[in-house]
Amino acid sequence: MARTKTEQPLLKTFADHEVIVPANPLRHAAVAARPDDEDPVARAEGALALLSSEFSMWMDLECKRLDAARLAVRARGFSASTHETLFHAAHDIKGEAATFGYPMVAIAAESLCRLIEHTPDMRRIPTPLVDQHVDAMRAIIRENGRPEAATVAVRLTRELREVTDAFLRVENRDRMHEMDGILSPPLAPDVAPEATRI
Amino acid sequence: MIRIDFHRLRFLVIDDNAHMRRIVRTLLHGFGAREVYETEDGAAGLEAFTHYSPDILITDWAMPIFDGLELTQMIRQPGANSNPYVPIIMLTGHSEKKRVTAARDTGVTEFLAKPISAKALYQRVLNIVANPRPFIKTRTYFGPDRRRINAQNYAGPERRKGGNADVIRQPSLLEKARTSTK
Repeated sequence: MARTKTEQPLLKTFADHEVIVPANPLRHAAVAARPDDEDPVARAEGALALLSSEFSMWMDLECKRLDAARLAVRARGFSASTHETLFHAAHDIKGEAATFGYPMVAIAAESLCRLIEHTPDMRRIPTPLVDQHVDAMRAIIRENGRPEAATVAVRLTRELREVTDAFLRVENRDRMHEMDGILSPPLAPDVAPEATRI
Repeated sequence: MIRIDFHRLRFLVIDDNAHMRRIVRTLLHGFGAREVYETEDGAAGLEAFTHYSPDILITDWAMPIFDGLELTQMIRQPGANSNPYVPIIMLTGHSEKKRVTAARDTGVTEFLAKPISAKALYQRVLNIVANPRPFIKTRTYFGPDRRRINAQNYAGPERRKGGNADVIRQPSLLEKARTSTK
């Protein structure tokens, strides 16, 4: 790929800040769309659909990783290491499960992440509640596709979230400044602002 | 209307989860990208950034050795590397307000919360290519302008002080870099 020589950025200096306008080295990648152009998003979704035959196996592997992390907590209790490993496993599932076709598992994983992340003293995280989250995720995956499984999954994840939130309210009762952040909904937008100009 | 010619762009994907790297790579190839490099932690990511000079960097937040936020801090150092302006997309399972604000204040260009979708990723890349933002440098921040909207009815405090500074000639970043290495 040919690279052009780097152009100098434009610089405006103000009393307490500088505004720097770097040359846009990526502008060569913006080209005029033609009516017969294939939709790149549809093409990428098609590519992902081809990959999807792997997803149930990947979901299973991620669940086994979470289960191993949960068993380590059960055997050795919470330490910096077991805490981090459990959070990381749950956090990966939270990010991936919906893509793998298990959106309710992602919701249960999010609830578990909140429990692990927002309990100020890790030694007070109730391991039965951790077990309930992990077992719920495994059950949702196992029963996926069965009649009424979706309804049960919704009820199960809602109850896990309610119990977790109630616990976090108590544990954070002396940290009111943190409470808003803990109980506020996510902020990240689903779609970036529309791109309208070059 | 414009479209993005992905085969003219070079990507670096940094994520410790192999499944997620495979998904991102599949989407980018689906868009038409040919050059997609991968690493699995922040340290290897920084090395690959220097080696491959990617046009766009896509990084996870939570990773071993150093995380996506620390990686962004290291890249957003004027004069410390070849391209402190490189667009950085933070692709993460974190979506809480506190996290999004922290990523923005570290100099992340775009924030993309998992679960990833082809449409959302495409929009982020389109925004980076078609609507690049100027960079702002203050005593405490170096990164893309955090003001995406020039709101005429903004009623909050004005934190930036306008007016030209007394300094008439400002050395270029290159000159600054040369001076600082002497």
